[in-house]
Amino acid sequence: MDERPYTKTELMICVAARLFQDGTTAFIGTGIPMLAAMLATKTVAPSLVPVFEFGGTGAILEKLPRAVGESRTFHKGLVASGICDTMETAQRGFIDYGFLGGAQIDGYGNLNSTTIGDHDHPKARLPGSGGGNDVGSLCWMTVAIMQHDQRRFVPKVDFVTTPGYLSGPGAREAAGLPRGSRPINVVSTLALMDYDRDTCRLRLVATHPGVTTSDVIANTGFELIIPGQVGVNEPPSAEELRLLREEIDPERFYI
Amino acid sequence: MQVLESGRGELIQPPDLEAFREWNRSHKPRKLIDKLMTEQEAISRFVTEGCYIGTELYGSVRCPMSLCREVVRQGKKNLRVCGQGVLELDLWLAAGLVKKLDITYIGLEVYGTSAALRRAVESGQVETCVEWSNGAISWRMKAAAMGVPFIPTRSMLGTDTLTYSAAQVVEDPFTGLKVCLLPALILDVGLIHVHRADRFGNAQIEGISGFAAEMARASKRLILSAEEIVATDEIRKQPDRTIIPYYLVDAVVHAPFGSYPGEMAYVYGRDETAVREWVEASKTAEGAQAYLDKYVYDVKDHGQYLALIGQERLTQMVAERERRE
Repeated sequence: MDERPYTKTELMICVAARLFQDGTTAFIGTGIPMLAAMLATKTVAPSLVPVFEFGGTGAILEKLPRAVGESRTFHKGLVASGICDTMETAQRGFIDYGFLGGAQIDGYGNLNSTTIGDHDHPKARLPGSGGGNDVGSLCWMTVAIMQHDQRRFVPKVDFVTTPGYLSGPGAREAAGLPRGSRPINVVSTLALMDYDRDTCRLRLVATHPGVTTSDVIANTGFELIIPGQVGVNEPPSAEELRLLREEIDPERFYI
Repeated sequence: MQVLESGRGELIQPPDLEAFREWNRSHKPRKLIDKLMTEQEAISRFVTEGCYIGTELYGSVRCPMSLCREVVRQGKKNLRVCGQGVLELDLWLAAGLVKKLDITYIGLEVYGTSAALRRAVESGQVETCVEWSNGAISWRMKAAAMGVPFIPTRSMLGTDTLTYSAAQVVEDPFTGLKVCLLPALILDVGLIHVHRADRFGNAQIEGISGFAAEMARASKRLILSAEEIVATDEIRKQPDRTIIPYYLVDAVVHAPFGSYPGEMAYVYGRDETAVREWVEASKTAEGAQAYLDKYVYDVKDHGQYLALIGQERLTQMVAERERRE
């Protein structure tokens, strides 16, 4: 058994994996969401149906997909179709969860993966929406998984690539996004967060072991809602760590 | 319908549906014609400077990499491109061929942002980036495939992705819902890599189909590369797999390992070492140029490229393919 202490990234993946519900459909974005989904299928959600945007539905995740279109996204799968099918399936209300990453997030859960600085003269040109905007628009519930620091948790994202709650209560519906679709959680390298029902602002739920509420506040560039009771997330179990290190990412792409 | 909001992005390729029908009537023979040709001939005949061009699926997965390298080799400039790209559009960006982008995602997946994209956009070499989601760009092709001028979606609403696109928001006259209207995207040229095709262009794909069906039907000129060229009788054995019928196709190029260093489902896996070689090389303009020299400009064609890669690595990639059992 690998005795090394767990890293922040490993813990983040474990906390995210525990959010998956068995017997649901979940749109999986590139990167950390893939590791979380794979861990979930080996622990809390063995009958999860992962959906990957270029057409893979219901794959058995035996090897970590490195991309949203590669054959591991439909390995022993139920369906190998195309992107219009998966996105339309989400648009019809069949996809329960969406798991996403992003470069920046604001207090309403809006995500930026397009540009840092002005769009037309960017300081940094990032990849763009990819399927992110579709997932954040069309899935019932979305979860963002992010590194946690002041550069990423910002008062205002430079570019709203993917919708969270937009400008606040009622804004999604007013924009025309499907009724009842919404962001539900953010899992970071420091904490688990959800959204306050009345204000639609991010709220701390539980810190990671060894992380204080002040640490989270100090690394967040906007006012995070701090409830009276803040929990502490369970550290990775020996089994979760073993699965991550030996079965999910033995090549260490991410962990 | 009253327009409630308009994206400020340029409509880089305005659709003309009547002209598209007439094009399809006059430029797409219904007769079974032998379209097998070399990559050199296909690209020089059908890809013109300044044309609007797209590639399917993307660099590491069933992507027409050999055709993309030939575009670089022939130096087709001022391209207007839709993407959705990983390695293939990186090559075009690094070679300075791209003028305008309908961009959805250009990056290096696991390896993060694309340095080639950053250099090309931040320097102003790419004149404009019009934003879309992956769903949106595929639906734009679907609208063209349907032969209609636009398609409504409930995606992109409320975001800067919409603000910097060329989409429009209207109230749907039937339901009163606010919907985002995506203009049909009719490409001048589409490049698609398939598992097998006959000489006439009837083509079959295994595994996910990405947006091949939509792009094939949305392109005025369609160049296919195929792992295998088969007799039409083979196509006829499984007509249910024919995702691209011959009359859509202008050129068929035989390209075994045509998606390398990307994967081809059930045929070969992706070469991670080769992918990383680009990731490292492309960090600087000089590195990218040296890579292009070695793998594109200094090899005459795809055959020479494969010789450079060597049989040993190709055999290894076949061993690492996805299997059906």
